Amino acid sequence: MHFPDSSPRASLYYDYQIYPFRRPPELNGDTLQHKVVIIGAGPVGLVTALDLARYGIPSVLIEADVQVSQGSRAIVFTRRSMEILQQVGVTDRMLEKVLPWRCGNSFYRGERVFRMEAPYDEDDRFQPMNNLQQQYLEEYLVDQVLAEPLIDLRWGTKVIAIDNQPDGVQLTLDTPEGEYQLHSDWLVAADGAKSTIRGMLGPRMEGDSYTGNFVIADIKINIDLPTERLAYFDPEWNPGNTILMHREPEGIWRLDYQLPEGETAEEALAPESLNKRIQAQLDMIGVDAPWEMDWCSVYSARAMTLPDYLHDRVLFTGDAAHMLPIFGVRGANTGWQDCHNMAWKLAFAIKGWAPEHLLASYSQERVTAAREIIDEASKSTRFMTPPDRGFRLLRDATLSLSLTQPFVRPLFHWRTSRAHDYLDSVLNCMRDDNAEFSAGPVKGAPLQNIRLGDDDYLFDRLGASIYLLYFSDQAELPMALTLLKDAVTRSGVPFEVVQISRKPLASQSHQVIHDPIGHMHQRYDASEGTSYLVRPDQHVSARWKQFDNGDLLTAMKRLINLS
Amino acid sequence: MNQETIGHTTMSHNTLSTTALEQVYDQLAEGITQAGAEKEALFLTKLALLLANQVGDANQVSESIDEALKNL
Repeated sequence: MHFPDSSPRASLYYDYQIYPFRRPPELNGDTLQHKVVIIGAGPVGLVTALDLARYGIPSVLIEADVQVSQGSRAIVFTRRSMEILQQVGVTDRMLEKVLPWRCGNSFYRGERVFRMEAPYDEDDRFQPMNNLQQQYLEEYLVDQVLAEPLIDLRWGTKVIAIDNQPDGVQLTLDTPEGEYQLHSDWLVAADGAKSTIRGMLGPRMEGDSYTGNFVIADIKINIDLPTERLAYFDPEWNPGNTILMHREPEGIWRLDYQLPEGETAEEALAPESLNKRIQAQLDMIGVDAPWEMDWCSVYSARAMTLPDYLHDRVLFTGDAAHMLPIFGVRGANTGWQDCHNMAWKLAFAIKGWAPEHLLASYSQERVTAAREIIDEASKSTRFMTPPDRGFRLLRDATLSLSLTQPFVRPLFHWRTSRAHDYLDSVLNCMRDDNAEFSAGPVKGAPLQNIRLGDDDYLFDRLGASIYLLYFSDQAELPMALTLLKDAVTRSGVPFEVVQISRKPLASQSHQVIHDPIGHMHQRYDASEGTSYLVRPDQHVSARWKQFDNGDLLTAMKRLINLS
Repeated sequence: MNQETIGHTTMSHNTLSTTALEQVYDQLAEGITQAGAEKEALFLTKLALLLANQVGDANQVSESIDEALKNL
């Protein structure tokens, strides 16, 4: 029997709620065939379930614990993540609590040697970075899930065996009231870096495991500094290593530092060692405020991915699919891009709106993204935690030169999580005018947000659908487009036309965005008849300077094999 | 996020782009590791002489030697 710990976790600022185990129908002898079972109610599993529900797909969400994340864990969420989270309805609550920021500072021998400023576009609803403890985010997502009748969230339930067949999966689950079998057409493994499902099915990860171990510690302290990323290189109290600091809501600061070589996790987490090091860091930056430890943990840096995220009826997503270096906020922020890419494809396959092989593009696009991330992250990692003598000397020489030589300062810049452009996706239409545009999101990239008015942005208007953004001042859509739209809609496939017009127009049949000064036209390099075909995950799959019905048909066929 | 602002260099003569600088960084690091702990100083000294010869200006090399001695 599986008995999850049902005493609320300790925290200085967060009240843990216990979500009790409830006896499922299977334990009373019912045999049910589910559409989708998702393993892991972490940030990625919760968003997957909510994203699927937007298309009317029911799911069972399995979680071994009975409460949300232990400790703050993921704390920095990117603009692209906020855009994805907006689609599943949690950003209003997040914005009441997050600490937004856009600047990073690197210090060496008491001097600031590099400052990074992430651009903030007036058309963006969300800031480049947003700090919030993972517990709050999970709580908001859980509340959203509990309000969604299509999602059956089963707490206190642990996977102990899986049988993956070409036409479905059978799970053996353990609970406080005994074991039962669960049958599902599809399984989404969102069970994190130590994925049970990956362990049981046995696919091998490719890539490197770095040698560095890191402590992350949250302390409650009052430090009068703005919300910016602080990085301290080679401080006297921890020679050769790097210390990162981030501000979190509720008067909490995150400290992150590398362990000296040869030190074990137990030694590093011993209270006297933690206290000494954290105090040394605070002393160095001239902070003498009292502080209290909230939570700490040790992790090791990795850069690995599964070569394929699709295994018969099992889809791997988030950390279950890959383990990425922590520098650059690549955990949850990558995981949501994964599951947002996957959810619409899985929904379309289940609904019969597209053939099942659409899911192969999930693996193709996201494995490519993971490899790009690993490549970019390895550059930052080599600087932050040099893997050998050569890289250590280069890093030390760069630090020394940075005090007088500005030319080395760009080397301090480390790449952070970004939205990946699916430039080589099989879903992109070959017959379009992508190369002729001088602005706007390129084919494969996510849409760029547009401020339409007070508290009104382009992304607010988007939902669980394929979109054609159609720039035109004409009162009527072209007849061919109306016919195609009606035909697609009759087949059940969610497809909407959004017309962007410089003239005020009213339409019963489709959404119209009024663009009086042509701002969106300009940002999208659009003139009369320009069209963007947009996937349900907001990525562009084709764009044309001039609408042509035949081209649109070709692109739709490419995207969902529409006949 | 891939377009974060990066500080510009202020040197007026030939300088490396960030991409080129990163390439040099990686190759130099690999060279040092390849030379090995015993021979890394010899390798770096040879490299300095080779680059000095390519610069072709003893005054400039002298300035760089002084610069490199700072903040050790």
